[in-house]
Amino acid sequence: MITLDDVTLTFPDGDRRVTAVDHVSLSARAGVVTGITGPSGSGKSSLLAVAATLIRPDSGRVLIGGGAGSAEVDAAALSPGEATALRRERIGIVFQQSNLLPSLTAREQVLVMEHLGGGRRGAVTRARVDELLDAVGLSGQGDKRPAQLSGGQRQRVAIARSLVHEPDVLLVDEPTSALDQERGAAIMELIARLTHERGTATMLVTHDMVHRDVLDELVTVVDGRLTDGVAVRAA
Amino acid sequence: MSRGAGIARLGPRLRTVRHREGTTVFVAWRDLRFARGRFVLIGSVVALITLLVGFLAGLTGGLAAQNVSAVLGLPGNRLVLQQPSSGQPSFGESTIGREARVGWQTAAGVDEVVPVGIVQGRATAGAASGSGSASGSGGSAVGVALFGLPAAGAGTGTVAALAPDRDDEVGLSAAAASDLGVGVGDRVTITGTTYRVASVGGDAWYSHTPVLAMTSDAWAAADRRLGGDGAPTVLAVSGSPDWDAVAARTHTSAASHLGSLTALETFKSEVGSLALMIAMLFGVSALVVGAFFTVWTMQRAGDVAVLKALGASTGSLVRDALGQALVVLVVGIGVGTAAVVGLGALAGGALPFLLSPLTTLVPAVAMAALGLAGAAVALRTVTAADPLTALGSNR
Repeated sequence: MITLDDVTLTFPDGDRRVTAVDHVSLSARAGVVTGITGPSGSGKSSLLAVAATLIRPDSGRVLIGGGAGSAEVDAAALSPGEATALRRERIGIVFQQSNLLPSLTAREQVLVMEHLGGGRRGAVTRARVDELLDAVGLSGQGDKRPAQLSGGQRQRVAIARSLVHEPDVLLVDEPTSALDQERGAAIMELIARLTHERGTATMLVTHDMVHRDVLDELVTVVDGRLTDGVAVRAA
Repeated sequence: MSRGAGIARLGPRLRTVRHREGTTVFVAWRDLRFARGRFVLIGSVVALITLLVGFLAGLTGGLAAQNVSAVLGLPGNRLVLQQPSSGQPSFGESTIGREARVGWQTAAGVDEVVPVGIVQGRATAGAASGSGSASGSGGSAVGVALFGLPAAGAGTGTVAALAPDRDDEVGLSAAAASDLGVGVGDRVTITGTTYRVASVGGDAWYSHTPVLAMTSDAWAAADRRLGGDGAPTVLAVSGSPDWDAVAARTHTSAASHLGSLTALETFKSEVGSLALMIAMLFGVSALVVGAFFTVWTMQRAGDVAVLKALGASTGSLVRDALGQALVVLVVGIGVGTAAVVGLGALAGGALPFLLSPLTTLVPAVAMAALGLAGAAVALRTVTAADPLTALGSNR
């Protein structure tokens, strides 16, 4: 589970500060896809950046975990090094573009999560990676590099990479923006299925409401504030 | 908030992982494989520079050995030269008078003083054809450095070992014997006087001429025939006196064997020029490696930001980048050093080339250190990469 509790984030803009996130409180529960939508510049990506511990809010708390066997952490109070370790361990991120490393094969893109701390943990095996690649529909594609994969396949690799360390929280930023409608729908359905199967708390930013039916909950952000929150489908 | 308290809050699972952090170059290895053309190119450049540095170092060492090995092979703890009223001491100009010699012999703390005479001359193989003749009957004259030392047993060192027992004998360095085409028992003639070759051996050179050792008396006589006054030119002093005080009192200078090499003008200019070239090549090496890895890392800045966003620690990324540079350097320097050893072994017969750890391993280690220093400049891109740019980036 992830909870943003009264989070405010401002950016400098000349001699004044612009409020990107204004006293937002929001939760994404385990096994639920919570969509965040809103017009361009509304603050939804800033919200995701705060949730991902990539930027520290001016005020408020970012609580991660707290479920069975998982200690609750206020990510907003961590040092940069601790926030990095938290991302490595308990947060999965799927970027707008797949952001795969050109030198790695699909299998290595996933295996790289094992090495981010500078050493092997031994938890992620090749068999486990192949199993995950199968789960995202990439059976037999493990040896291909990004240049040999389609846009949809690259995004599937990115999803496998984000889940291999079994994070508590999955944060997804506009995952269909570079895909056609058919491939976009398939990616959204994949994210929803994996969220439900694995019990991940998924927070997904999108401006494309074509795929809203795969979201369990949806909130709208305008000018940095939440305007409403609705359950669009039973979780 | 303390760091420890912060980590404690992340839960037992995270603490375990932080303790298991080690070193790895997971991405770096795969980059090397993926962009092998670029890395082969920079590795080849490193190998070529290593070859140039190693070959220059070998030549410098070889030339230096041909210049000063006899000086380094003299006995004693320090070498004493005449201190001129102006300027620096010089092996070529030095003359040690009786007063200075006695001054050192009687100084407190001095264990032994070995007077050494050094003068350049010419020798020919065979006996003199007649009194006063400057050449022997056995062939053309060969330039030699005449070293005069007391009879054998005075001190230790390469040159002292060559010193004969009798005034009518000489000891030849291996190169002198080879140039003259003589062996033990043969005759050589120097300034009209014939000597019997009592010993051959050792690699002793002075100012690019092979060494011929004589007794002090024989040397004094030869020096007079060459126009000198027969006085020794150097004192090889053993012991632990107050070096500066005795030197000042006797109008001499006392320096270690290495320190005294600056009194050889040819050594200073020759080695200085070559050492400058080596230093410039070291600089070029660091610049080339630094420039390559700076451009390479800047091209990877987006990947670095993504890895940071995914949870890569800056330390692991720095190790990854330095590990990559180290692999390129070790392979390139290894190939270059192997080429130096191979070519040096081939060239050793025709050129003054010194193949030793000093001319192979030391330059290799210096190249690696400077290359890593150059690569370290590129780390700024790694440490400064902002993971936030990975969100919404269009790569």
